[in-house]
Amino acid sequence: MTLLEATKVRHFFGGLCAVGDFNLDLHAGELMGIIGPNGAGKTTVFNLITGVYQASEGSIRFKGTELVGKTPHQITALRIGRTFQNIRLFRDLSVLDNVRIAHYAQSNYSPLEALLQIGRYRREEERIIENSQRLLSIFKLETLAGETAKNLPYGMQRRLEIARALAIGPELLLLDEPAAGMNPNEIDQLMEFIQWIRQEFKLTLLLIEHQMKLVMGICERIKVLDFGETLAEGPPEAIQNDPKVLEAYLGEGPIG
Amino acid sequence: MSAMLRNHWDGLLEQRWLLPVLLAIGFVLAFAIPEYNLLNKYVQLVLMYVGINIILAVSLNLVNGYMGEFSLAHAGFMAVGAYTAALLTMKVLPIAAYPGLFPLAVLAGGLAAAFMGLIVAVPSFKVRGDYLAIITLAFLMIVKSVIENIDYIGGPRGIPGIKRLTTLPWVFFWVVVSVWAVRNFVYSKYGRGVLSIREDEIASDLMSVNTRRVKFLAFMTSSFFAGIAGALFAHLLQFISPRVFDIIKTTDILIMVYLGGIASIGGSILGATLYTGLMEILRPSTVAGLLSWLPEMIFDPLNEYFIRHLGVWRMVIMPLLLVLVMLYWPRGMMGLREFRGFIPRRDREAHHRLKTLEKQGTP
Amino acid sequence: MSDGIVYWLQQILNALQLGSIYALIALGYTMVYGILTMINFAHGDVFMIGAFFCFLAATALGLSFAPTLLLTMLGAALLGVVIERLAYKPLRNAPRVSAIITALGVGLFLENFTLALAPYPKHIPPLLENVTWNLGGVSVSSLQVIIIFLSLGLMIVLDYVVHRTPVGMAMRAISWDKTFVPLMGIPVNLIISITFAIGAGLAGAAGTMYALAYPVIDPYMGIMVGWKAFISAVVGGIGNIRGAMIGAFILGGVEIMVAAFFPSTYRDFVAFTLLLLLIVIRPYGILGQPRIQKV
Ligand SMILES: Nc1ncnc2c1ncn2[C@@H]1O[C@H](COP(=O)(O)OP(=O)(O)O)[C@@H](O)[C@H]1O
Ligand SMILES: [Mg+2]
Repeated sequence: MTLLEATKVRHFFGGLCAVGDFNLDLHAGELMGIIGPNGAGKTTVFNLITGVYQASEGSIRFKGTELVGKTPHQITALRIGRTFQNIRLFRDLSVLDNVRIAHYAQSNYSPLEALLQIGRYRREEERIIENSQRLLSIFKLETLAGETAKNLPYGMQRRLEIARALAIGPELLLLDEPAAGMNPNEIDQLMEFIQWIRQEFKLTLLLIEHQMKLVMGICERIKVLDFGETLAEGPPEAIQNDPKVLEAYLGEGPIG
Repeated sequence: MSAMLRNHWDGLLEQRWLLPVLLAIGFVLAFAIPEYNLLNKYVQLVLMYVGINIILAVSLNLVNGYMGEFSLAHAGFMAVGAYTAALLTMKVLPIAAYPGLFPLAVLAGGLAAAFMGLIVAVPSFKVRGDYLAIITLAFLMIVKSVIENIDYIGGPRGIPGIKRLTTLPWVFFWVVVSVWAVRNFVYSKYGRGVLSIREDEIASDLMSVNTRRVKFLAFMTSSFFAGIAGALFAHLLQFISPRVFDIIKTTDILIMVYLGGIASIGGSILGATLYTGLMEILRPSTVAGLLSWLPEMIFDPLNEYFIRHLGVWRMVIMPLLLVLVMLYWPRGMMGLREFRGFIPRRDREAHHRLKTLEKQGTP
Repeated sequence: MSDGIVYWLQQILNALQLGSIYALIALGYTMVYGILTMINFAHGDVFMIGAFFCFLAATALGLSFAPTLLLTMLGAALLGVVIERLAYKPLRNAPRVSAIITALGVGLFLENFTLALAPYPKHIPPLLENVTWNLGGVSVSSLQVIIIFLSLGLMIVLDYVVHRTPVGMAMRAISWDKTFVPLMGIPVNLIISITFAIGAGLAGAAGTMYALAYPVIDPYMGIMVGWKAFISAVVGGIGNIRGAMIGAFILGGVEIMVAAFFPSTYRDFVAFTLLLLLIVIRPYGILGQPRIQKV
């Protein structure tokens, strides 16, 4: 079943064509990687899917619903979660609050119920806390619930970002360079971890990554972007041996 | 020793009976003080101004502290509330026959201001930071200009002869309501949405926060209580004019908020109390009264060269104090921190339960 | 000339006079903003202090126009530098709003300190012999001419300094990038001080000219004029020097025109409504660039 479908998506910044004719057909449960040199338009694709930018042309559908024209919070509420290439936590807030905030769309009480602390307020708040603590303990951050996010070491901040993205209850999770700044050892752990949350949360995953080890190791399908165009698409083995890709991107030869 | 005291204190805070008892004592005092003149009239008056300023500071903190915008419109919302309520008590409601209608007028003032807040919230969807500050300033100036140009409500001369209907119990009541409402708001998903907007609006939107709705709510709640404060203020001062609600009034409220600390209800209460209190204490008459026990030999020269001139110099001392506070505590005295008593128990526990578990050795 | 044209020319002249004064002050706001992204709310009060320096120089020292202007500019520049060093510099890494509130505090301090020393409004003696010419029905006073041309002269000098000298290059470099410029051997603190000195000096000049044009001065005169100048800077695109000048003349023009066609009490209403519309339509001002937020 197709979960996310993009057809003929283009996006321009002024005169610059950041994404040209992007097509995607992501199946439910799949784990797909997007690679490509810096400036290829990978992050822009994420921004188009999540509604940060409105696609200049084309259509993006999630479970049949058109996403182009929707605001980011509407799209997120459809259960599409994401992380950022440059960490964007709520730096001055607690670890717990970072995760709680992402429950906004999945919790259900009115402003009046909040002001008067009546009705669904209590139950919902308790549920939010429970779920947040569950997520934090999965990510081994539970003891730091009261810590200010900016005080966490880099690696933990990355983990917290994923935890926060999971708090929106995603069916589709977009990870933008999750392994950036990690050493090979940490990358191994991350690979295992991604596989694990994928099963645990029944996720469909789309990830951008430069670390070939990770991409080749866990992705079932890989899409190569260059100058906003799709250069190649296929399983890791095919990509590794695709002459076009080798020439344009991998340069020195297959990595593996 | 201090740890023991702290434990004791924490234990006390956990008692469910504490809050109702404190509130009851507060109300009894609020009724008893004017009834039996437990404090002199002047102190009672100051207490009421402190209360009104607490409402103003706590409500402004919602937008300027929690949401991180720089609104200059608060005096404008206050004006809307003041004029609405004053017109109601003077021209519409039969207050003389039914003084019990006063709360209705106050509420109407709050609602009118909240409506204005709705209007100011709209540009905040697109515009942020300094430009939004200018929009709120423009709003303040426009409100003032509009009032100046309507003869029916006194134009630039304002409205004299408003009945003095604001009493200590009413002020206390609205302080409690505003603190309670803002606190409940802040510790709800909407309040956390407001905080996340301050931190990173784009990320907030991408974490499913409906930023527009949240901004609407924040501006409306904030301006509602500014309107309430304005209504109480009008019926205490008994005179309002456009000049009462100019940029200087806004500046006063800003000082209370940032002195006390951003994103802190306790801070705003502290800031409003300190600022109002110090301004009053530094009055020549108050200082003279406080020091009157000194022998004449010391008092007279002190009075001649220092106390008598305080009327102006206190206005020099206060901003200097503000600058010093900012230099030492750039986020204000209680910036981003809160008195434990204001934090809902659920929140406190959720932040700390696991941490304490760890300390006891259970992972 | 027909009466209509004479009337318009007269109004344009008045608008130029008001606009020049706004522009001189707006430049200080915009320069400081450009370099520190900080709104220096005390700037309007530096303008006020300038007017009082002018009063002191003209009365206590009995100086004539040129030395009064020079002394006022120097005094204001010094004040600007001192304020920055004492009150703003320690807050450079603090949240932005702390510096803004500190500036508000400094402004209030300047106002009330002046009030404590000078409780009554002061009258400025006429420093210049004011001649009024009649050019085809339009009355032009020598004071107006001096204000307009002196302001324009100062603006041209400033524009040259900012765009053509090493100091100006350094200023623009700092406002462009705050992380790496200090690493390139640019003496950031010195450049910031110079920026404050220039901005405050211009406000001092504006104070002098304002005092000559409207010779009764009081400690609170800087509030409204300061806000208006700030608005000019925003309208032009804050941080942009030429924008500030354009914004100031637009605001001056709007105010004079509104006063000409509406009862004077409508002036603020119309001016601020226009401002509101402009910001909603063009949130980054006339010459400002929208800041791109990369995600
Ligand atoms: N907000 C923006 N405004 C203008 N240009 C942008 C913006 N965001 C990205 N770009 C440009 O679009 C191109 C693609 O960027 P991006 O999607 O971030 O690349 P990648 O993530 O593949 O490294 C780059 O040339 C980049 O400079
Ligand atoms: Mg990228």
